[in-house]
Amino acid sequence: MSASRLAAGGSDIDRDRPLTFTFDGRRVEGFAGDTIASALLAGGQTVVGRSFKYHRPRGIWGSGVEEPNALVDVEGAAGRVPNARATTVQAADGITVRSVNASPTAENDRNAVLDRFARFLPAAFYYKTFMWPDWHLFEPRIRAMAGLGVVDSDWQPRKVSDQVNHHCDVLVVGAGPAGLAAAASAAAAGHSVVLADDGAHPGGSLRHRAGEVDGVEGKAWVEVTVAGLKGAGQLVLSDTTAFGLYDHNLVALNQRHADGRPDTLWRVRPRRIVLATGAIERPVPFANNDLPGILSADAALSYLRRHGVLVGREVVVATNNDSAYEPALALAAAGASVTVVDCRRDGGAQAKTRIRVLAGRTVAAARGRSAVQGVLLDEGTTLAADCVLISGGWTPTVHLFSQAKGKLAWSDQLAAFIPGEAIGEIAVAGAVAGTVSLSDALASGAAAPGDFGSSSPAPRGTGTEATLGVVSLWPKPKARGRVWVDYQSDVTARDVELAARENFVSVEHLKRYTTLGMATDQGKTSNLNGLALLADITGRGIPDVGTTTYRPPFTPVPFASLAGSRRGSMHVPVRRLPLEANHRRAGGVFQEYGGWLRPAYYGGGEADASIQEEARRARQSVALFDGSTLGKIEVIGPRAAEFVDFIYYNTMSTLKPGHCRYGFMLSENGVVFDDGVLVRLDEHRFIVSCSSSHVAAVHARLEEWRQDRFGRDAVYIHNATAQYATLTVSGPNARQVMEALDLGVALDDASLPHMAVAAGRFAGDEVRIARVSFTGDRSYEISIRADRAEALWARMQQEGRAFDAVLLGLESLMILRAEKGYIVIGKDTDGTTMPHDLGVAGPRTKRADEFVGRRSLFTEAANGTDRNRLVGLAVREGEAPLATGAHGVEKRDGRLRSIGFVTSSYQSPALGRPVALALIERGPARHGETIDVQHLGVVRQATIVAPCALDPEGRRLHA
Amino acid sequence: MQLFPCPFCGPREESEFQYGGEAGNLRPDRDVTAERWADYLHMRDNPKGPTREIWVHMTCGEFFAMSRDSVNHKVSGSSVLGDVEHGR
Repeated sequence: MSASRLAAGGSDIDRDRPLTFTFDGRRVEGFAGDTIASALLAGGQTVVGRSFKYHRPRGIWGSGVEEPNALVDVEGAAGRVPNARATTVQAADGITVRSVNASPTAENDRNAVLDRFARFLPAAFYYKTFMWPDWHLFEPRIRAMAGLGVVDSDWQPRKVSDQVNHHCDVLVVGAGPAGLAAAASAAAAGHSVVLADDGAHPGGSLRHRAGEVDGVEGKAWVEVTVAGLKGAGQLVLSDTTAFGLYDHNLVALNQRHADGRPDTLWRVRPRRIVLATGAIERPVPFANNDLPGILSADAALSYLRRHGVLVGREVVVATNNDSAYEPALALAAAGASVTVVDCRRDGGAQAKTRIRVLAGRTVAAARGRSAVQGVLLDEGTTLAADCVLISGGWTPTVHLFSQAKGKLAWSDQLAAFIPGEAIGEIAVAGAVAGTVSLSDALASGAAAPGDFGSSSPAPRGTGTEATLGVVSLWPKPKARGRVWVDYQSDVTARDVELAARENFVSVEHLKRYTTLGMATDQGKTSNLNGLALLADITGRGIPDVGTTTYRPPFTPVPFASLAGSRRGSMHVPVRRLPLEANHRRAGGVFQEYGGWLRPAYYGGGEADASIQEEARRARQSVALFDGSTLGKIEVIGPRAAEFVDFIYYNTMSTLKPGHCRYGFMLSENGVVFDDGVLVRLDEHRFIVSCSSSHVAAVHARLEEWRQDRFGRDAVYIHNATAQYATLTVSGPNARQVMEALDLGVALDDASLPHMAVAAGRFAGDEVRIARVSFTGDRSYEISIRADRAEALWARMQQEGRAFDAVLLGLESLMILRAEKGYIVIGKDTDGTTMPHDLGVAGPRTKRADEFVGRRSLFTEAANGTDRNRLVGLAVREGEAPLATGAHGVEKRDGRLRSIGFVTSSYQSPALGRPVALALIERGPARHGETIDVQHLGVVRQATIVAPCALDPEGRRLHA
Repeated sequence: MQLFPCPFCGPREESEFQYGGEAGNLRPDRDVTAERWADYLHMRDNPKGPTREIWVHMTCGEFFAMSRDSVNHKVSGSSVLGDVEHGR
């Protein structure tokens, strides 16, 4: 190949603005307006990459999104982008471009030797050969040999991608003649329009193909039309790919920016969608049709007219249709010697006076090693060539239409699938709809907006109208040599034959077996040739073979664009305590618990020692902790008592105002869903205090039952969790600290017994004091407006000093509650645990009224005697704690089986030994029994005991 | 991304909604047979085509009934919960 830049010409480039970049370390010169591909061609770079599997040398094939070969890693202002198409990325001064799947460079690739073994490497070779003993042993090395670009694992976006939600009346995808006519028609009718095009400039084929619209030269018409749209305030987006079409007219667009900004994601919800996505030129099948220097005829014309690049001096054009003649004539006029090999007997009659046409002939094979040097014709003669242009007809770009579940119809006339029946408010126009002439494209575009279009006449092509006259020229079985069907996935005609022989005759199986049409390319150039070959081999028509499913994205989209601002700390935002800053000043080490960021422990010391020390001191005098995450959902209304009775497993309506009660909520399947304390403030007002991580779920469930069974006026539910901070004083000296806080509440046990609630005041604000305990010691929970909590917390610490008060993080609190056998739902229970498994069987046997989950408590499974039930486990003196998650095991009929598992396990500083909770089969009936507990292959012994290991009489609660 | 019509808030994106089950799966009276209870808990028609479902719009908290097509995802309408959905 001897591509070169001509002395003049190239509508896209600005010769006054030269630029340089490097490709595989080599310096490349270009101009502003060049793509990486056009600059590489102008610089004579023939080999730009290596193929996926065989490491064959590959050159540039296309001029746009269809490019299967020229994938490159680009390092520029926006960071590094892997697997970019050299044909769609604008060249820029100073960027670094590397070929993919080639080492050290595309021209000298050390894995090139693989191609010599190609006949031993058919489709599925690796899977078949490396099955034994285990594919995974071989996978890493094979993956290193076959693959594309390299992801930079250290990459960080310098800015967050913008994401834009947009509404409009009409979205037009593709700014070729049909798309422009559609946009102009909708705009003229007064509708809002978005026109998106994946090229750097609007115009589509009019940018490089001859055309005249309403007496004006094509490119001039494009400029006037675009200026008109912009002037009317319509949105015209270039470098913007519509990559997905989703339910209810949602279209996702990815917009690239030349100035180094990260891509922008657009979510556009138009009332009507016009797909004017054009068509992609197909390769022509012949042996070695993948050699560098063989490219799409349309691409060659585009490089000539848009970038002033002549792709070769001695050019052979292989075709089956009329569209190849404009490139052939244009290259000849630019100084190339051109021979057209047209498979049609009457092909190219109109061009014969200006260029050499061999009608009724086909190319059998290309000659050359790392670049094409000539072709062998079917009748045996050889033509020298440094470049072969191929044009096998046009495949409509139906991807978006098919994503919308549109059905395709086969057109014999076009030898391609075109969109079938219209679907909803999605119209197709131009080449994707099968039009050939400019007038037809413009007319279908102007009509496509339907009710959103104007009634003024459509623009008309006034020059020579294009014709196609395509005949079928599909890959044939048993062809000589290696005929490439899919360049990107390295699939040859023989691979398709092999797949058919092995009975992979469904098109979806063919795709997966051979990888035809996979990867970033998604079969843009290869799909139809593959289908036609499979149809031939299996004796079916192409429409009977059908196509594979088209799925988004049409082209690869950077994750950064899809993620937008939802990354890092914004990916799953944590909820934060109102007093987080205070805890941090006190040395709190934070972790996430159920979506909340909470202090795990305090102080700069070693974690385990700090946690043990907190738990030890909490039992000695006084502990303070922040329980603000506890749910506070208010249930208010005339039928509130009836409502909580229905929601809870325990009867709650008998609760007296000013008191609270512990209870379970069940799911309808009888499984314990949440536990917590219900406070009754007055006759018609309750507060559901649910688990910290369950608040949203409990709230949703309360709403569901309220709306299902209780009228709008009967019950009102309000989630007040975030409005209050809840600060807790616990320990033998808790009451003394509470006295010192002076909240105006009588604290003697007669006035405020365990499980009672009182209202007090702190610094003018009302506070609620609940005497409930999660530690097993006398405890007071003080709830205060979240914005006034800081002063109370400071005062609590100040008054606590006289009692050597300790701050508790969540980890030491977990030890304290486990010593008492208090459970955490979801940790000490699983998706089968029912209330009687936790030792709370009273309501099940006694309650006569209806409540959520009641019927499920009396099924055969619920009545079973071999259920996993809550117990404590004790280990021998001096042993370490059991592993959480370790299974109790026993041998039955010679086989080891699980009899349950450890749910919580800690070293208890108060008891000087480990404590553990577990769900064990028939647990409570086996107290005193010693069982085997297995973890990671190590078996230990543990004795089943009651869950409560500390103060089972509950004296400390009242001390 | 589908658009669902909340009867209270108008059309909103599907990510604001959660599925609440097939409409008409009424809670049986107490003391039904285990089979009837299991039907209520687990057995669903899962129709292909037109279907009537309960959804909840999480941002306003309201449950409502919606008719849509499970094949082509067309939504034909939504309404506040009425006597039918409540079994009255």
